Amino acid sequence: METNNKRTVLITALALLLLYALAVVLDLCIPVTSSWAMLLTVIQKGSVYALVAVSMNLLNGFTGLFSLGQAGFMLIGAYVYAMFTIPVADRMSVYQYYDGGLIQFYLPWPVALVLAGLAAALFAYLIGLPVLRLRSDYLAIATLGFAEIIRAICQWDKLGPLTNGSNVLRSYTRFSSMEIGGLSLATLAPVALASLCILLIVLLINSSYGRAFKAIREDEVAAEAMGINLFHHKQLAFCISSFFAGVGGAMLAMFASTVQAAQFKAAMTYELLLIVVIGGIGSVTGSVLASFLFIAASEWWLRGLDTGTFLGISAPGIFRSGFRLVVFSVIIMIFVLFFRRGIMGTKELPDLFRRRPKAGRKGASQ
Amino acid sequence: MEFFNANLPYLLSGISVGGQYALIAIGYTMVYGILRLINFAHGDVFMVAGLMMVYLSTAVPIYLAVPLVILLTVLLGFVIEKVAYKPLRSAPRMSVMISAIGVSYLLQNLALYITGGLNKNYPTLPWISDTITLFGATTRRVTVITPILTILLVAGLVLLINHTKTGMAMRAVSKDFETSRLMGIKINNVISATFIIGSFLAAVGSMLYFSNYPGVTPTAGAMPGLKAFVAAVFGGIGSVPGAVIGAFLIGICENIIKALDTILMQLGVIQSGLGLATFSDAFTFVLLIVVLVAKPTGLFGEKAAEKV
Amino acid sequence: MSENVLHMDHVTMQFGGVVAVNNLTLDVNRGEIVALIGPNGAGKTTAFNCITGVYEPTNGRVDFLGKPMVENHPQGKMKKLYAGEDHGSYPKVLAPTPDRITKLGIARTFQNIRLFSALTVFENVLIAKHMRAKQNFLTATLRLNYKEEQRMRREATELLAEQDLLRLKDEVAGSLPYGLQRRLEIARALATGPQLLLLDEPAAGMNPQETLELTAFIHEIRDKYGLTVLMIEHHMDLVMEISDRIYVLDFGRCIAEGTPAEVQNNPRVIDAYLGVDEDG
Repeated sequence: METNNKRTVLITALALLLLYALAVVLDLCIPVTSSWAMLLTVIQKGSVYALVAVSMNLLNGFTGLFSLGQAGFMLIGAYVYAMFTIPVADRMSVYQYYDGGLIQFYLPWPVALVLAGLAAALFAYLIGLPVLRLRSDYLAIATLGFAEIIRAICQWDKLGPLTNGSNVLRSYTRFSSMEIGGLSLATLAPVALASLCILLIVLLINSSYGRAFKAIREDEVAAEAMGINLFHHKQLAFCISSFFAGVGGAMLAMFASTVQAAQFKAAMTYELLLIVVIGGIGSVTGSVLASFLFIAASEWWLRGLDTGTFLGISAPGIFRSGFRLVVFSVIIMIFVLFFRRGIMGTKELPDLFRRRPKAGRKGASQ
Repeated sequence: MEFFNANLPYLLSGISVGGQYALIAIGYTMVYGILRLINFAHGDVFMVAGLMMVYLSTAVPIYLAVPLVILLTVLLGFVIEKVAYKPLRSAPRMSVMISAIGVSYLLQNLALYITGGLNKNYPTLPWISDTITLFGATTRRVTVITPILTILLVAGLVLLINHTKTGMAMRAVSKDFETSRLMGIKINNVISATFIIGSFLAAVGSMLYFSNYPGVTPTAGAMPGLKAFVAAVFGGIGSVPGAVIGAFLIGICENIIKALDTILMQLGVIQSGLGLATFSDAFTFVLLIVVLVAKPTGLFGEKAAEKV
Repeated sequence: MSENVLHMDHVTMQFGGVVAVNNLTLDVNRGEIVALIGPNGAGKTTAFNCITGVYEPTNGRVDFLGKPMVENHPQGKMKKLYAGEDHGSYPKVLAPTPDRITKLGIARTFQNIRLFSALTVFENVLIAKHMRAKQNFLTATLRLNYKEEQRMRREATELLAEQDLLRLKDEVAGSLPYGLQRRLEIARALATGPQLLLLDEPAAGMNPQETLELTAFIHEIRDKYGLTVLMIEHHMDLVMEISDRIYVLDFGRCIAEGTPAEVQNNPRVIDAYLGVDEDG
């Protein structure tokens, strides 16, 4: 047991270091102009999506709470992050309709990032107070509604000095501007941040609390009879998931050049949910894999479906704008209907290396 | 009186929109009552009905297009249930809900592809799109027709549910799925009937709704769909009259909020606009959360005790 | 007279017009094995649910170890149903959630087994240790609770070894045969460290041989863990063999109580239950 643990730690540390080295090397080797530059975009955006998908999986897959508020929490994270990291000198031009805005100071990005997560967690706590006591489908619709409320509030003209109303926020600290001694961290930063956060989530899932979450997923009545306070644990899972969704939202802002409330629509939550399903509900590895596949397919591999030529077939009549998303939706429906367990089922990466893989059985939890 | 006259249009359009929401909400509430499924795709079926009208009205005369749109919408609802929900009947409820989200995503993306993301002008339907004057307020005839038509359709539906064999089967299935199956009720027929009724009403609703708006976009169904669902929760999910009352209430409140700045200024409460119209959509969800806290079963919902 | 562990005081549970448990008073003393019997629908499981906090009783009180644990005395028309002593200025409501009651030291099993079926046998038992741990989610995530986690794992392993389930440690609970699932459910209840164990039809679906073994097993765990047992059971052989005392419920009312011999010869019981359906 003891040695086994040490080995796990060692392997994890090595894998992470390798990953980071790879990120730096790729960043150095691929010129922005090459056709492979898309790979960097995929890695950066994929990391962000991976984190948010895993945070969603923590709730939907491990705790059995069906929440659809991810986009709302990401929006909070993105806004809090952006609001605090715009340099004071740039505020006049960003908040041009609001006299430079209300906030006249600047926070370093790591502080703002944590703040983004905490703000999302706080909102999750407040929304959880009434809603988590109800049956879980109400949670789905209430969180979806909450995301809409947040979006409306952010666009409210009267809050303009803070949120810039319906205008974009920009000029904040981005991944692409991060560097140490001339070495660009544009790829390393998102990879490192996302992997760190995912590692924390995995540690939580494998702790006593993670077991309690799974117990709630399996059978609420039995979990309660085991002395697990349902509300307290659901609230905890909801807040932690939202914290990381907030951090993920901030990272999405750091990846993109601007933030606008209109981006964070319910469709974004749906996409994330479908990523989680494709990866396998209840598998962190699956969520991560599916995120990268999803981003790679939509930003890179299937681009041709939108622009006329795909796999050498040129059919501008069919392969025109929007076809990619149609193909995408069909693939997703195939997964939902025929491969309900997703790529990974409930298996994780280490399970694949075990000699006798245990078949994870999903009990019908009704 | 002057105040009343000035604000009558808001009230009228509130009632009208409420009626349109009601027609969508029935589809949600009936499906939830029977399958315990939030049919996220229902709002998009409504949108597709709108798009079908746009395209069909250019091909065939309007008196043919109207029944054709209704027929095709019903068919769409029927097929969606057969393809996307029926195979998952024994799966956990979350899977079915995810399937519904998948269908919603597919319909929206298909619409996006076909329309090219452009706003498609909704055809002018004869008679109901005509402009009329009511109590000195100018409005379209559809505004007046909607609540009347809604009430008639709902009355018909309630009669159907309470006095026909299919209706009885529906009530039985919504009370206890398994037992009804054991009693020899053909569950699949009942579910199909539910989806057919829901889609039919959504098709009618879409004609009324889009007549009032300039056009149809691929995401035009999402917001009315969500609001209709909230209306169904508000009225007590599973209850048809509840959904209708909830829908009218939401429609009216929403339109009052759209005009709240002007109303408050008229009353002299505020001096300048607060931009409260931004919250006309968000208000619905505030209402939802208030209802869930105060009375989770809604106005007419029944409390179901969980058996341990 | 030994110490009173559980005292139900005129407990009534009403669902709409149905009175599932009607004015039930019941005592269980330290070290006893008490059985609750009655025809189907007599309100036995409802009584369990009132004790364990799944339902809040419409009226009445439940004491655990001499202290009020659950209490409800509404005013108005419900008061008529309540035939207990004068409680002065009520309503007084004491309704802890099931997890609180488990923490106090009451564990239960369920009529239709409720294991965490996708988790392993080991995890099922380990989860019961969660509630008494002093960790919080941060220390647990950062593995600062290492010693505690080790202790929890050790205790769970020991318990599984004692229950002869250790060899199945890594099996998925839902894949176990029925008898072992029942066994695991009891082991999981024991893992919460209870003083009072509520068993809801532990012998359901067992053949005579297994039922016989269960008798020995219940005696064994009572002695080993210093338990007091309250059980619902339909197998009359088991009930008569094992119980110190028996309460008989019919339509929510307690129609008889006493030793197995007394109950067996009670004409009301024979009428209501045993005479009609002796084999359960």
